[in-house]
Amino acid sequence: MGDHHHGPAQGISRWLFTTNHKDIGTMYLWFSFAMFLLGGFFAMVIRAELFQPGMQLVEPLFFNQMTTLHGLVMVFGAIMPSFVGLANWLIPMMIGAPDMALPRMNNWSFWILPPAFLMLASTLFMEGGAPAFGWTFYAPLSTTYAAPSVTFFIFAIHILGVSSIMGSINIIATVMNMRAPGMTYMKMPLFVWTWLITAFLLVAVMPVLAGAVTMMLMDIHFGTSFFSAAGGGDPVLFQHIFWFFGHPEVYIIILPAFGVVSQIIPAFSRKPLFGYASMVYATASIAFLSFIVWAHHMYTVGMPVAGELFFMYATMLIAVPTGVKVFNWISTMWRGALSFETPMLFCIGFLILFTLGGFTGLMLSIAPADFQYHDTYFVVAHFHYVMVAGAVFSMTAAVYYWLPKWCGRMYNEAMGKTHFWISFIGFNITFFPQHFVGLAGMPRRIPDYALQFADFNMMSSIGAFIYGASQLLFLYNVIATIVAGKPVSDEKVWDGAEGLEWTVPTPAPYHTFEEPPLVPKPAGTI
Amino acid sequence: MGKRVSGAAVALMSPVAFAQNQVNMSPGVTEIGADIFELHMLIMWICVVIGVAVFAVMFYSIYAHRKSKGHQASQFHESTKVEVAWTVVPFLILIAMAVPATSTLLEVYDNDEAELDILITGYQWKWRYEYLDESGEPVAFFSNLATSQEEIYNTERKGDNYLLEVDEPLVIPTNTKVRFLITANDVIHSWWVPEIAVKRDAIPGFINEAWTRVTEEGIYRGQCTELCGAYHGFMPVEVHAVSRPEFDAWMAAKRGAAVAETQLAMQTLTVDDLMDRGKAVYDSACLACHGAAGQGGIGNAIAGSAVVMGDLGNHMAVVSKGVSGTAMQAFGGQLNDVEMAAVLTYQRNAFGNNTGDVVQPGDIAGMNNG
Repeated sequence: MGDHHHGPAQGISRWLFTTNHKDIGTMYLWFSFAMFLLGGFFAMVIRAELFQPGMQLVEPLFFNQMTTLHGLVMVFGAIMPSFVGLANWLIPMMIGAPDMALPRMNNWSFWILPPAFLMLASTLFMEGGAPAFGWTFYAPLSTTYAAPSVTFFIFAIHILGVSSIMGSINIIATVMNMRAPGMTYMKMPLFVWTWLITAFLLVAVMPVLAGAVTMMLMDIHFGTSFFSAAGGGDPVLFQHIFWFFGHPEVYIIILPAFGVVSQIIPAFSRKPLFGYASMVYATASIAFLSFIVWAHHMYTVGMPVAGELFFMYATMLIAVPTGVKVFNWISTMWRGALSFETPMLFCIGFLILFTLGGFTGLMLSIAPADFQYHDTYFVVAHFHYVMVAGAVFSMTAAVYYWLPKWCGRMYNEAMGKTHFWISFIGFNITFFPQHFVGLAGMPRRIPDYALQFADFNMMSSIGAFIYGASQLLFLYNVIATIVAGKPVSDEKVWDGAEGLEWTVPTPAPYHTFEEPPLVPKPAGTI
Repeated sequence: MGKRVSGAAVALMSPVAFAQNQVNMSPGVTEIGADIFELHMLIMWICVVIGVAVFAVMFYSIYAHRKSKGHQASQFHESTKVEVAWTVVPFLILIAMAVPATSTLLEVYDNDEAELDILITGYQWKWRYEYLDESGEPVAFFSNLATSQEEIYNTERKGDNYLLEVDEPLVIPTNTKVRFLITANDVIHSWWVPEIAVKRDAIPGFINEAWTRVTEEGIYRGQCTELCGAYHGFMPVEVHAVSRPEFDAWMAAKRGAAVAETQLAMQTLTVDDLMDRGKAVYDSACLACHGAAGQGGIGNAIAGSAVVMGDLGNHMAVVSKGVSGTAMQAFGGQLNDVEMAAVLTYQRNAFGNNTGDVVQPGDIAGMNNG
């Protein structure tokens, strides 16, 4: 090994001061998995309380703290950082860059996350308890009527926003400036494209979220009345601002997942991605539409009918580019040579369940029908189909797919497949019945429910425990692979894998592409 | 119709019968509800058909194009024709969905020419109903959860309408266009009754409109559907739809009771009477936060409280104006003089407080004016 191939520093300082995209990616991934387990633990508390009608384990106020923290931790702590970790590991390797464009900022954008979540979690032990107003924190429940810990929540959100903005600027700068010669935009792997678009979404909307929480802070401590009608403000204004952030946010979560699936399905179909260009355009269309549909979360606030119609039509339109994506994935599989290793299983699971979530999303877009669906378990089922079976399944697929490249060892395939089947079955037992109780009239965010919802809730809880337990199997499989997995030395690992990250040695050395690589052929063509 | 009958049948049977699980939206008892139900079913079936087609292709591919069966991968990767087709066709399907959706939405928004107006105000954690009618004594009341703490905490058997029953339901006449004006006093709530197909957010400082015309007599139950704090799950809605004559009789009785209450406020009540009324007010307004034995909970303890056992003026100010920055609401607008006098008397003498103070309705009026 040449002198310039210096390795990582030793001990804790390697992790504290690292500017290496692979180290930072690893830290993001482990941190997000820890948050996934924490958020999952909160979900288990929720499902345990809802196992039977009546109050058994926790008090209603604590139940609300659990639903709030579950949402916040999963969205901001688990899903978002996990995809940032993936971007850190993969984007430089996919575009033939030696590292991210702004490595020191990269270090900083990771290391402000753990203190932010420590602060958020510490609110559980404060007087008055943790935030209990839902992850959407509607004013005035989150301002005038909130526990004092809300100030810490606001500060935590600010830090998370700063972290996300720094991470996104880094990704944009990297993709725009660090591509290897010959790696034109339309040759970039789809994962890089989806992340580039996601990064622009983040830069656009995280400041809006920061604005919303700053206005809350002013209302709480400095006597303003942004969200109080008594002082000339408007509680609905909060919802408009929140969802102007919140709707793009759901695409921030799902677009990188689309990117992952667009890498893995071709690999196990041994066939190039169908409709590469239309995939890029569809992603950009979804991103654009995400800015003009926010009020479909607010059909019941009493908007004028013209507003309802506009947001209904715009929301329905999203089905077109999303449909294009699903059709393209299936066409990629069509007449391929399919094999079903764990990453592919999770991608097919994604394809089926995300599409189901897309259908319920289309149903929810229909404003008059939404008057019956809004804020019921039907909505809970819908967004878990797209967030869990969408984002989390694709993230899981990504870990199985790239893990051998990262650590040079192969995971246990039988255990991986078992993890998939338990997850898939557990997930559906948990969330499918929630469509039924939602349609039958069960509101979300309630700690106790009427007797006619009892059977399906018990089923849901059992499914949740199964799904939760299956993640421990995943954790075990990953650790066992890193410690004692069967070594792999083949650069490609998977015979169908395409892309620059598969041209470097396995395991990927600490520094890759110090010399720009030759870009072999455009992605999506042969 | 079938749904209503089975609903009534279930209500008569033991809780075991609830094992009959409802899996779909109810078409309800209004025209709009039926329209929404049809729209829901239409969109769902379109989705099912598309889903079956798409998944059939996928599963066929999974079955037939397996590497393990020796299938060789083709290398095609685009086709402008099919890509245009599966952009245009879904777009046309969406237009077909948008037409009935738009007409139903316009119906929902047709708030004109109502025959009866009811102001609904959401409070943490109860609803207040006020019948807006220029003629006669105004009728207004609070509607609280009627399910007991014992049922909620599993020491007593849960009733059939567990968590969906109130002490005083909203009563509306059938075959009448009823307009609801919906607002809130503290945080945002949402008033929902699935079977009459009305869900509208109750927003402090704003008044939303919604309407219904119920065609069948019956009892319809719903819940608050916007997270509104600790007891969000415990503020149900119960609507009794009755015939017009029955409604008029009910209205006359409510008016009579309102007149009697006004007269009562001018009298001097006995201590026992005040204590009985005070306990009733305490149980519906105070108990959730301050506990059945005044031991406290979300709110401070009443038993042995310095506020309760101290200066009466201060005690009344706390109850009437609330404590800003805490969950203690301002009850001044919620309780009439009789109720306020009764609950103050009760708090000052129950739970071992035994101050011996008696507060009369006249005292309340005096303090409000002074």
